[in-house]
Amino acid sequence: MARHLLHRLWQSALTLVLASIVVFAGIRALPGDPATAMAGEEADPATIQAVRARLGLDQPLPVQYLKFAGRALTGDLGVSTRTGTPVGELIRATLPVTVQLAVYAMAVAVLAGTTAGVLAAVFRGRWPEWAANALSLTALSVPTFWLGILAVLYLSVHLGWFPASGYVSPFDHPVRGLYYLTLPALILGLTHSAVLQRQTRASMTGTLSADFVRTARAKGLGGTAVVFRYGLRNSLIVVVTVVGLQLGGLIGGAVVTERIFTLPGIGKLTLDSVFTRDYPVVQAVVLVITASYIVINLLVDVLYTVIDPRIRVSGRSR
Amino acid sequence: MTTAAAATAAPDGALPGPGRTHGRALRTLVRNPMGVAGGILLLIVVLAGVLAPLLAPGPPTEVHFSTPFQQPATVGFPLGTDDLGRDILSRVLYGTRASLEVGVLSVLLAVVAGVPLGLLAGYWRWLDALVSRLADLMLAFPFLILAVGLAAINGGGLGNAAIALGIANVPAMIRVVRAETLRLAEADFVLAAHAMDAGPLRVLGRHILPNALSAIIVQATLVMPAAVLGEAVLSFLGLGIQPPDPSLGIMLSDAQNYLLRTPWPGVFPGLAIALICLGFNLFGDALRDALDPRTSGSGERS
Amino acid sequence: MTLLEVANLSVSFGATPAVRGAELTLMPGERVAVVGESGSGKSTLAHAVMGLLPGSGRVTGGTIRLRGEDVVRAPEKRLRQLRGRAVGLVPQDPMTNLNPVTRVGRQVAETLLAHGLAGRREAPGRAVELLAQAGLPEPGRRARQYPHELSGGQRQRVLIAIGLACRPDLLIADEPTSALDVTVQQQILDHLDGLTRELGTALLLITHDLGLAADRADRVVVMSRGAVVETGPARQVLGSPRHEYTRRLVAAAPSLGATVRERTPGPGAAPGAARPPAAAARPPAAAAGPLLAVEHVTKEYRLRGGARFRAVDDVSFTVGHGRTTAFVGESGSGKTTTARMVLGLLEPTGGTVRLDGAPVSGAATARGPARRAARRAMQPVFQDPYASLDPMFTVERLIAEPLTVFGVGDRDERRARVARLLDQVALPADVARRYPNELSGGQRQRVAIARALALEPRLVVCDEPVSALDVLVQDQILRLLRSLQDELGIGYLFISHDLAVVRALAHDVVVMRAGRVVERGPVDAVLGAPSDPYTRQLLAAVPGAGLTHRP
Repeated sequence: MARHLLHRLWQSALTLVLASIVVFAGIRALPGDPATAMAGEEADPATIQAVRARLGLDQPLPVQYLKFAGRALTGDLGVSTRTGTPVGELIRATLPVTVQLAVYAMAVAVLAGTTAGVLAAVFRGRWPEWAANALSLTALSVPTFWLGILAVLYLSVHLGWFPASGYVSPFDHPVRGLYYLTLPALILGLTHSAVLQRQTRASMTGTLSADFVRTARAKGLGGTAVVFRYGLRNSLIVVVTVVGLQLGGLIGGAVVTERIFTLPGIGKLTLDSVFTRDYPVVQAVVLVITASYIVINLLVDVLYTVIDPRIRVSGRSR
Repeated sequence: MTTAAAATAAPDGALPGPGRTHGRALRTLVRNPMGVAGGILLLIVVLAGVLAPLLAPGPPTEVHFSTPFQQPATVGFPLGTDDLGRDILSRVLYGTRASLEVGVLSVLLAVVAGVPLGLLAGYWRWLDALVSRLADLMLAFPFLILAVGLAAINGGGLGNAAIALGIANVPAMIRVVRAETLRLAEADFVLAAHAMDAGPLRVLGRHILPNALSAIIVQATLVMPAAVLGEAVLSFLGLGIQPPDPSLGIMLSDAQNYLLRTPWPGVFPGLAIALICLGFNLFGDALRDALDPRTSGSGERS
Repeated sequence: MTLLEVANLSVSFGATPAVRGAELTLMPGERVAVVGESGSGKSTLAHAVMGLLPGSGRVTGGTIRLRGEDVVRAPEKRLRQLRGRAVGLVPQDPMTNLNPVTRVGRQVAETLLAHGLAGRREAPGRAVELLAQAGLPEPGRRARQYPHELSGGQRQRVLIAIGLACRPDLLIADEPTSALDVTVQQQILDHLDGLTRELGTALLLITHDLGLAADRADRVVVMSRGAVVETGPARQVLGSPRHEYTRRLVAAAPSLGATVRERTPGPGAAPGAARPPAAAARPPAAAAGPLLAVEHVTKEYRLRGGARFRAVDDVSFTVGHGRTTAFVGESGSGKTTTARMVLGLLEPTGGTVRLDGAPVSGAATARGPARRAARRAMQPVFQDPYASLDPMFTVERLIAEPLTVFGVGDRDERRARVARLLDQVALPADVARRYPNELSGGQRQRVAIARALALEPRLVVCDEPVSALDVLVQDQILRLLRSLQDELGIGYLFISHDLAVVRALAHDVVVMRAGRVVERGPVDAVLGAPSDPYTRQLLAAVPGAGLTHRP
C-alpha cells in the first residue's frame, strides 16, 4: 500500500510541475507586455526596459521559470502588478472564504444527494425514485447562476430571509458567518447534490442486485441492515470519488457564485486579476486552484484505502 | 468462470434472441416515456435553434429605444423587450442557436481529441502513462482560466467558448474511451483477431471502436448540456460570446442589472437554457439505459 | 411429516414463465438433487423456496409449504425469520457472494445475530467455530480476513459456514461447486455431505451435473423448460431413465467409462457435416515430423517486488497430423498461457513452438512473414462463444474476416466460402445475415468453429470449447469437432479441465499442474492406468462414478 501511495504522490507531484509549466508558459504566451503594462503605455523605452529587468523578464524563459518555481516553493508568489500587494497575502485573504463556501456547499450536497440517491435505489420503481430523479434532473438542467440571481431577488430582496451579499468570517461570528454563507452554499451545492444523487442511485442499484446482497437476505438479514451495511458501504467508494472530484472542482468553480453574492473569495480574485491583466496574480491563483484539485484527489486516494479493503492489500484499484 | 458463462448460455436451437444490439437499443429507447419526452423536447429546441432566422419576429440586435421593458404578450413583442427595447423572443431564439452551436462544437472537439487519445492510451501501455498525465493535467486546470487565456489571445467569441468547453471535456472522454479499450482489448474476439494476424489498425478500427461507440455516444450526451451551461456561464462572465451577439448567458447578465424593475428579460433565457439541458439530459439518460448492456434486460436472470 | 412440499408451482418473470407446475417433496434429512440445463428453472425454483425471486419474478400459481407453512403467502417479516434459520443457502459463485468490504468472520456472525442465536459477545467466537466446522484452515486468523484474501474453495467454505450457521432443517445448495476445480469440488462436497448428515439437515442440491447428482443425492428431480419431467431414486432415474429428455441427457453426458473415440466417422455426426465439403479434398500433410512441436517452453512473469513467477515451466509435447492432443489441468495450471504461446499471442520466456518444423514463437525468426504464415495454418476456438465473436459483425463478416485479413479471394468468392463453411458446421445458410446475439450458445460456437476453419488450417487450438455449453449442446459440438477432423484431417490442441470430455475426443493427453507437465501419453494409458498421483487424484475427483457403468 505504501508503494501505491508513493506512486500516487509521485504522479501528483509530476502533474503539479506540469501544471506550473503550462501556467507559466501560458501567461508568457498572452499578448501584452507586463512591463509595459506596469510602467504605463506612455513610458519611454528605457523605463520599460528597467521594469523588465527588475521583473527578471529579460532572462531566458527556462531561467525565469526556475526562478519562479523556486520562489513559489518558498511561498513567494510575487507581487500584484496592479496594487503592489504580495500575491501570497491576497491568496491568504481569499482562499479561506472559498474553502468555507466549498465545504459548506459540499456538506449540503452530500447530505441531500446521498439521501435522495439511497431513497431512489431502495424504492426503485415507486414514487420516491421518481421524485428524487425528477428533482435531480431539474437541478442538473437549470443554470445555477440564474437560480442564484432569482434567489437573491426573492429570498433576500423581497422576503429578506437572507442577506443578499457580503461575507462575515465564521471564525469571528460563527452564527452570522454561517448565515451569510447559507444561500450561496445552497445554490452552489444544488448541482453537486444532483450529480451525487445520480451516482449514488446508480451504484446502490447495482450493489443491491449483487449476489452477495441476495446471500445476505438468505441469512435472514432485515432490509435496513442490507441497505446500510451492504448497499451503502459498498457504494461509498463511488460517493467518495464523486465528492473528491467535485470538491476539487469547487475551489475553481465557485467563481460565479462568488460573483453573484459578491463574496471576497479566490474566484472573485481570479476574475478581477484576469480583467486587469494582473498576471502574477492570475499565475498564482491558477497554481493554487490546480494544486488544491490535485491534493484533494490525492486525499481521496488515501481515503479509498480506508474504505475498500481490496485496495488496502493489493495496492491496486480495480 | 466456466459455469458463470454456462448459466447465461441458451440451449442449442433455442429461439433467436432479440435483434441486433442497436436495433434493440432503439426499441428500448422508444418504449421509455422519459426518453420520448426528452426526444420531443430536443426536437423542438433544435428546430427553434436551426429555424431561428425564420421564426424570430425581428433581428435579435435591433433596438427600439421607444419601447424598453415591454411586458410579455405585448403586440409585436411576444415575450416583451429588454432595457434597450430588443425583442426577447428573437434574442432567445438566436441565443438558443448559439448555445447549440457551442454545444455541438464542444462535443465534436471532445470526440475528435478524446477518442483517439483514449484508444491509444488503452491499447498501448507505454502511451498510457503519458496520456493519463495529460488528462490529469487538463482535469486539474480550471476551464474558466482556459477560456480567459483563449479570449486574451484571440479575443472572445463563440469559437473560443466552444474550444474552452471542448477541451474541458476531453479528459472525461479520454477516460471513458480508455476504459472501454482496456476492457475490449482483453475480449476474446480481439484475441481471435490477433490470432488471424489482424494489425492494430484493423483491431482498433473494426473491433474496438465500433464496440466502444455506445459509451462514446453516452458520454457525448453528457458533454452537450454541460457545454450549453458552460457557454451561459462564460458569456455571463463576459468571457464567451461578446455583445451585441445574442447569447442566453449575456441576456441573463444584462437582466441582472434591472431585475428589480422587470424580471421577464431574466426569466425567459434561463428557462430556455433549462429546457435545452433538460432535453439533452432526459434523452441522454434514456439513451444510456438503452445502450448500456448492464442496465438493459434486467430481470432476465434465472 | 414432509419438510418441504412444492405443489404445482409456477413462476414467471414478467410475462415469461420460468417454472411451470413444478412438484417436489423433501422429507427431513433427505437429499434431493434438482438436475437440469441452464434455463430449466432449477435455480428459480430454489429462489422461490427462499422467497428471494430476483427482479420481476413472481409466483403465479401453486404452493410452497415448509413444514406445512405456506411460504408463498407468508409476509416478508416471517420469511426473514425462516431464511437462514429454517432454510440455509449455499450459493453458486464464491467470488461474488461474499460482501467484499466486510471480514468473513463478521459475515458468519451476522447470521447468528440476525436470529438471536448468539449475543454480540459470543458471536465472533461462534463464527470461528463454525468456520472451523466448515473445514476452513486456521479459522481464527481467516475470520479476520476479507473475502479477496481467500481462495475460491476457502470462500465456498465460508458460505457453507453461513448456510449452516443456524443449523437449518433444509440447506439449499445452488450449484455450490461448479465454479471450483474438480479436486476442490470433491473436498468441499465431501465435507458438505458429512456436515449435513451429522446435523441431520435435508439437502436440496441444484446442479447441471448428472454425475454429481448421482453421487450426492438419494433422489433426483429432472427439470426441463420449467417443468419437472422425471422424479425418482438417483440410480434409477440416471441408470434407466424413463422420460425421453432424461434419456438424451444421460446419453449426452461425457463419461470416463465411454469407449475411446472411434476413428471412423461417429454414428451421430452432425447432419450437415456428412456432406463432402470442398476443403475435405486436402489430404493430411504427409510431413514426417509432428504437426505441432512445443519444446521446453517456459513463461515467466515478473511480480511486484522483483520476484518471478513461472506460469509455464519447461513444457514439451507434440500434436500429430490429424490427431488430437488434450491439454488437461485445473485453473492456474498454465493451460491457457501455453495455448496463447502456441498461437503466438504471447511470447515465451524460453523454448520454441514449431508448426511443421517452422518456428512460430520463441525464436527470432518467428516474426513478420513467418508468424503470418504460421497464423494462417493455425486458428483458435475459444471457450466462451459469447465473448469470442464481435457483437457488431454479422456472421458472414465474422467468418469472412480471416479471409479478408489474408486477402483470400474476392467478395463473391468469400461469400461462397462462408456458405460452404456454414454448411460444414451444420448451420442454415440464412444465419449468415444474423448477428451473434441472435444465435444460441451452440450456434455461436459453430460460427466460431467455421471462422477457425476458413483459412483451412492444419491445427485448431480449442481452449475449453465446450465448457460454457449445456450437456446436450456440448455433445453436439464434440461430435462436430470429431467429424471435421475425420473429414479434413485437422489436428486439435484441445484444452480442457474435464477428463470425461477429453476421453471422448483426444488421442493423446498431457496433464498439467502448476505450470508443469506431470504426465503425458496416449489417452487410454494415461486415463486408464495413470502413473502420476495427481492424475489419479484428478480421475478420482470426477463425479459420476454411478454413471460410468451404464449399459
